[in-house]
Parts: sequence; structure tokens; C-alpha cells
Amino acid sequence: MSDVVKTQTTTFSPRSFRWQRRRAATVDFWSRFRGDRLALFGLAVLLTFIVMAIGAPWISPKEGLSAVDSIDNPTWATPRFDYPFGTDNLGRSVAAQFVWGSRVSLWVGLSATVLTIAIGSAVGVTAGFFGRWTDATLMRLTDWFLVIPFLPLAIVLASVLDRSLRNVVLVIAITSWPGTARLVRAQVLTVKQRLFVDRARALGASRFHVIRRHILPNVAPLILANVTLAVPISILTETTLAFLGLGDPKRPSWGKTLEEAFNAGAISRNAWWYYLPAGAGIVIVVLAFTLVGRAVEEILDPRLREGGL
Amino acid sequence: MGDGLLEMRDVSVTFSSRRGTVRAVDGVSLDVRAGEVLALVGESGCGKTTLIRAILGLEPLTDGSILVEGKPVNQRQRTLRDLRRRVQMVFQDPTGALNPRHSIYDAVAEGIRIHGVAGNEPDLVAGALSRAGLRPPENYMPRFPHEVSGGQRQRVLIAGAIALEPQLLLADEPVASLDASIRGEILALLRDLVDQHGLGIIAVTHDLGLAWNIADRIAVMYLGRIVEVGEAEEVLANPQHPYTKALLSVVPEMERLEQQILTGETPDPSRIPAGCRFHPRCPLVASGEAERLGVLGKCTGVDVELVQRGAGHWSACHAVP
Repeated sequence: MSDVVKTQTTTFSPRSFRWQRRRAATVDFWSRFRGDRLALFGLAVLLTFIVMAIGAPWISPKEGLSAVDSIDNPTWATPRFDYPFGTDNLGRSVAAQFVWGSRVSLWVGLSATVLTIAIGSAVGVTAGFFGRWTDATLMRLTDWFLVIPFLPLAIVLASVLDRSLRNVVLVIAITSWPGTARLVRAQVLTVKQRLFVDRARALGASRFHVIRRHILPNVAPLILANVTLAVPISILTETTLAFLGLGDPKRPSWGKTLEEAFNAGAISRNAWWYYLPAGAGIVIVVLAFTLVGRAVEEILDPRLREGGL
Repeated sequence: MGDGLLEMRDVSVTFSSRRGTVRAVDGVSLDVRAGEVLALVGESGCGKTTLIRAILGLEPLTDGSILVEGKPVNQRQRTLRDLRRRVQMVFQDPTGALNPRHSIYDAVAEGIRIHGVAGNEPDLVAGALSRAGLRPPENYMPRFPHEVSGGQRQRVLIAGAIALEPQLLLADEPVASLDASIRGEILALLRDLVDQHGLGIIAVTHDLGLAWNIADRIAVMYLGRIVEVGEAEEVLANPQHPYTKALLSVVPEMERLEQQILTGETPDPSRIPAGCRFHPRCPLVASGEAERLGVLGKCTGVDVELVQRGAGHWSACHAVP
């Protein structure tokens, strides 16, 4: 039974075809995204903030953050040419804090999201695919994390662990993965029922093969869309923790600026220039991420798209 | 049964649901030799598909055993992988069975990759596609399932299965969704695989006319049981079981039989009738024939076994002498 499949040669190249397809998919994604004006606006805002965060050392020298180096500066100065956002109670430039604070907010927002999605997806895929007691165990664990009130747990964790940026990321991830896990699990459960999974098994595919070739590609768009929507939540959480004094004390973040402004009495002094930039920065970045995320979700989430899953 | 490619002994598959247990396959014994086509005939919901899924280990057996080339089918990963190279299945619903995100090339190449079949992958895929009637294969490889017709999808599935050069092919309604012109080509392909390469094929169908076209043997299934099995010509020319007769009478080519339309739906497999499971719909019971023969009590009270009626011809009916 050697030549059931007749000998035949072909010039078809699977590799170059795969490349073409990926390129076509990218072009398609961009053309859909471009059609959404709000999303484009959000993307422009985000790029501005990212450039600012990366270029912080050139835009505003780090010395501006140090109270010692700012000892000769005027305190509580209103915005003027050399201090665009004024100065704080110690004479430090609020603009410098704003620029450097964007670094922490964006970095924590992104890395906490990546960690959240990684844990959530791993748990969701494992629970959904293997089912039975694996599912039962993992989902009880997820429920357990889900019902714990978020803020008290975050405060306890942040105070037990060292106050470093890494631990802030960890705290956010630990408290926010259950939502992703449930979402991914639900999607895995529907994909698992599809007949092509049966066909792959009938072809002799291992579980690993089925997950990698059939489950993940059909869940990935949902995960990706989830990423862009999880970032703003992470940023807000970081701000909350920093405002409560649980952030990294050595690094300026928008939340920390707000905390210091509050403690220094900026509100009763009516020193709006001290707390307004940080507050506005958070709102704008979160809004921009939400705008982009909503558009990405609309394009990628098969449930929101006709003809998809 | 010397060169038994496939041997099934008292195979049962039951599903448990909240409403109770459903006996989809209930004690089936059947053999398939290399180089023969067995048509498994029966109406929707009689357990045909469940039976062939069980052969591939896609449904765990509740009872009985299945041997493929003498090796038992079980749920161990390693035996399953080996089994699934030698046995391949063509699914009934080609639209659902193809991953919408995979190109036709990837769909056909999947089995080749899983089993590491020797040879140049694009050439193997091209060969399988053109064998299944998708020519020239280059036109189909870069396309996606939603870009081709249902009949072409069906042939993609067939290509994916024969690319692995299996010894046993399980075809679930292989031509139900095809045009008459392509149907002939696919049947010829299946016949050719059997005659030239010695495959064994189980073709599941609800269409006795199709069985007539390609089958060497026919097994008629009713509510999870085989009610009649034998050489195709023998079963078609000389049907024993009233169910087979009823099925045959509605095949347009069978002009000599008076049309017999069965009343009622297929009974619910979660509530199998006592006695002969066909008796609530049996024309012999309805017409009083069974009572005249004095077997009515057995029909409604005693389970029937397959009894040999001729050379290789078995049927399960109290009313047949």
C-alpha cells in the first residue's frame, strides 16, 4: 500500500504562503482599525505618552525630582516659563514628576497586564481543556480569588511584600487574573466542542497539538482584545496603591504625586497645578487605552464579529 | 474471519445524561476484512456514527471489545496514536470538521505532520488532493474552507484521511453532501482504494441505494443493534428482516417491492422497547402477521439474537422461520 497517494510534485511553498497570509491579516487589521477615528485618536495620544516616557531623561533631567537639588527653587510656584507645571512644597518641578511618573504608570500597566493575562490564560486553557477534576479544582481556586475583596487583599500583599515596583506588578496580577481565566475558559469550552477538534484527535493528534494548533489560535484574538482592556485597569490599580502609600517610595508615579500633593495640603492651598497634571495624565492614558482596546476588541473578538466563531 | 482487519465483539457505548442512560450502541458484533466495503445502513440516531467513532477510540466502550489487526482499541495515548494512523475517518459534516483558520493545505498536511510521514510534505499533500479529485491541487492549497464548496470540503477531508494511507477507512456519509457527478468520482475513488490497495472501508449511510453501489457486505442497524448482515447481493435480493424490507421498498430502483412506509419516529434510545426493539413499528406486528405466525408474544417480550439464514447472512427476527 505504498502509493495510495500517487506520486506528484508541486511548486506550492507553504512557508511563503504563510508569510503572505500574515501580511494580509496585518493589512486587513490596520484598514479596519483606521476606519475608527476615536481609536486612531487614542493611539496618537498613547504614542505621545510612550515617547514621553521613553524620552524622560532628555525631556526633563532627573535632578529635577530631587528635593536636595531643588533646595534653591521657589516653593509652591505657579506655572511659569521655567516651571511649566509650577513647583511643589519642596520646590521640585511638577512637570519633571509628571514626565517621570508616566514611565512608572505605563510600565506597571503593561507588565502587570502581561502577567495577568499569562496567568489567566494558562489557568483558563488548562481548566477548560482538561475538564473534570482539573477544571473543578482550578475554578474553585479562581472563584476564591474572585470573591476576595480586591483592595484589602492588595493592601495586605503590598504591605507584607517589599515596597518595590516589581511587587506592585505582582500584587496587581495576583488580584486580577481570575476574570481573564474565566473568560478564556468559557471560550475554550466552546472551541473544544467543535468538530475540527474531533478530527484532529482522529488524525492522532496529542492533547498538546490540539491545544497549540486548534484551541489557542481560536482563543488568541479574545486574549489579545482582553489585553488592551486590562491595561487601563492595571494603571488605575497602580495609582490606587501608590496613592495609599503602598507603591515604590523611590520612584515617582502619578499616584505617588497625588499622594504627596494630598499630604502637602495642595488641595487646601488651592495649588491645582500640583495635582491636576497627574490626575489628568491618568484619565487621558486610561481613556486612550480604552478607545484603542474597544476598537481592537471589535476587530478581534469573534463574538462581536459576524461570520466568526 | 482469518484476515479480520477489524473485529468487534459485543460492543456497547452508553451515554449518561441527567435524563438517564442512553444506549447508543447496544451489543454489536461485526467484522471487516481487508479489501472489502461494508455499508452500515440505518436511519438517523440508530448509533451508526457512534459505532464508528468507537472504533477510533473517540467514544469509550462501555462493554465489549474492538480489535484492529488483532490489537485491542483502548484509551491509552500510545495505542490510540498508532491506531489513528492505521484507521482514518471521514467526518459527515465537512464544514465543522475543518478549522476555519487553517488553509486547505494545512488541513491535509496535519495528519502527515502528526505522524511524521516520510516524503516531501507539499508533494504528499498535492498527491492526496488530486487523488481526492481536487485538481490541480495548487488551486486549492492556499484557499480556506469557507472559500470552497461543501463538496470540495468533503473531498478535503477525504484527502486528509487518505494522505496517511490507512488500512481501514471509516466514511461517515461520504457522499451525502456531494453532487451526483462528483459522487460517482468519490465512489470510484473509494472502490479503487479497496481494489488496488486492499483497504477495508466502513461506509456509513442511510441510503441503501448507495450501499448497493459500492458495498460488498451490508449491515443494517436499528436502535443500536445490527438487525441484518450479509453479502450485499444476498441482503438486497433476499432481505429477511422486516426493517430491511421496509428500507429497501423505498429505494426507487427497487420496483418489485411494494412501498412500505414505516410509521412513527425512531424510538428514543433512552427508552428501548422490551422484546424485539423494532416491534412498535414492525409491519408484521401491525398487519397481524406476527400473531398469525404465533410469535407475537415473543416479539413483544423476548429479545432477539442474530440467527444465521444462509451463507454469511444473519438476521434478527422472531417472525422469520
